Amino acid sequence: MNLKELYQEIILDHGKNPRNLKKTENFNKDAKGHNPLCGDKVHIFLKLNDNQKVDEVSFEGSGCAISMASASIMTDLIKGKEVNVVKELINDFLEMIKEKNSLKSNNLSEDEKTKLMSLSGVKQYPMRVKCATLSWHTLTSAINNKNEEINIEKFD
Amino acid sequence: MNIDNIKKEFPIFNNKVHNNDLVYLDSANSSQKPQVVIDRIYDFYSKEFSNVGRSLHYLAVAATNMYESTRSSVQKYINAKDANEIVFTKGATEAINLVANTFGQKYLKEGDEILLTELEHHSNYVPWHYLRKTKGIKIEFADVNDDGEVTIENIEKKITPKTKIIAVTHLSNVTGAILPIKEITSLAHSKNIPVLVDGCQGAPHLKIDMQDLDCDFYAISCHKMYGPTGLGILYAKKKWLEELPPYQGGGGMIGEVKKEGITYGDLPNKYEAGTMATAQVIAFNESIKFLNKVGIDNIIKHEKEIMDYGQEILRKNNSVRLIGNPKEKGAVLSFTLDGIHAHDIATILDEDGVAIRAGHHCCQILHDKLGFAATARASLGIYNTKEDLDKLNESINKCKKIFNTK
Repeated sequence: MNLKELYQEIILDHGKNPRNLKKTENFNKDAKGHNPLCGDKVHIFLKLNDNQKVDEVSFEGSGCAISMASASIMTDLIKGKEVNVVKELINDFLEMIKEKNSLKSNNLSEDEKTKLMSLSGVKQYPMRVKCATLSWHTLTSAINNKNEEINIEKFD
Repeated sequence: MNIDNIKKEFPIFNNKVHNNDLVYLDSANSSQKPQVVIDRIYDFYSKEFSNVGRSLHYLAVAATNMYESTRSSVQKYINAKDANEIVFTKGATEAINLVANTFGQKYLKEGDEILLTELEHHSNYVPWHYLRKTKGIKIEFADVNDDGEVTIENIEKKITPKTKIIAVTHLSNVTGAILPIKEITSLAHSKNIPVLVDGCQGAPHLKIDMQDLDCDFYAISCHKMYGPTGLGILYAKKKWLEELPPYQGGGGMIGEVKKEGITYGDLPNKYEAGTMATAQVIAFNESIKFLNKVGIDNIIKHEKEIMDYGQEILRKNNSVRLIGNPKEKGAVLSFTLDGIHAHDIATILDEDGVAIRAGHHCCQILHDKLGFAATARASLGIYNTKEDLDKLNESINKCKKIFNTK
């Protein structure tokens, strides 16, 4: 267990000053998610353009440093990317946060990878993994137009 | 009273958590177990095991006597008039479900009101909520005030001619407020309304005397009283247990079973269907003996002393906000920390071996009212010391350092 790995500078920064914490105007996809165990809530707003690229993305919500940082980093990262790439990133992130030690995506710059890997310290804290994955599962729901509120308890 | 010696009776404290001594501040969630309780479960299973109340062989008779002996101990401990007023359940949750279900079935109809408070744990709200759907009853909530307490005035305000039962906590598991149960029962009874008390936090920390409190129902959680999990107690005045229908059907609770019909057994069997948590009941007798040995007056005195100390040092810590400031307060210290979420606090404290709870503590109604999604809670037991609260404060300061807050 290593608190320094969990609460890296970058996490604390994004946790304290989350980027994209607002409601995107004219969004065309959105989804809500919550963690009933701790009360964390997130609402993701997406604006996809005609080429299926993420024009705008933002979120509203409240939660612990890990969940806020994860949503903040995620929204920063997917801006400007194609939906198919975003879907691949979601899977890549979810695999990394649970078991793998690295990201395999070719669609991330080194800087982006470093940012995302800053969340990997959560792996050592099984009770906190859902804090990190809440916004990612909610993003999937938004992309798939499922319109169902994500209850993170129902995910592995 | 020597706390060091009492603490030595709890083997959990011989273990390290993340290489640190365990500072256990989560007794409101569940208390640790003294060696005598653990030994009793082992001994019963290894030397004396049998089911109770059925067979006629030696072991069955002995086990039945031990099982019933716990019932008598509980009766004495809570000063119930009659041992048959003690019903064993799988937990306090089941005890409240039992009352909500049977009382609702027999006495409630559409438009009737049940009065709860905003302090209630989900287990004293959700069982009543079912009656909204099945019976069309209404649920009213007595307001919690700014100090985190529910006054008799706020209860009285919500009583109407339609109020059919009042269900309140004895001691809030979030703010620590102790409710004026005697005043509540006296007021309610003057209007012919029965009172159920959720005693999950009251029973481990207060002197509980059923004849003095005069409540109609009192729900107890044994694992919060230095006892085993899987066991609760419903105290109910005999007239209710006689009048109300059975809750669950099965073996052990019957009188005669014929194809044409069934009669039910006498008290307390009527409410104890199926094989009960036998080992837990028998071991709980040791918890009662332990509580009697330490003495409830000593427990109250010790817990108040360390709680006052805890409040004092946390108040001096300038980013800690204590939740609630009730005049009568039990062994619970809930707080928030400026700029740091309760879950981050809990994770950082855990690294130091300091075990607290973070979240809504099964009290979402109260947290919504207070305006917090989550709070951190340090709750006390007989084994806690002032040093434990110093360690809590030190770890809180570590949170502030990591998050660079003041």
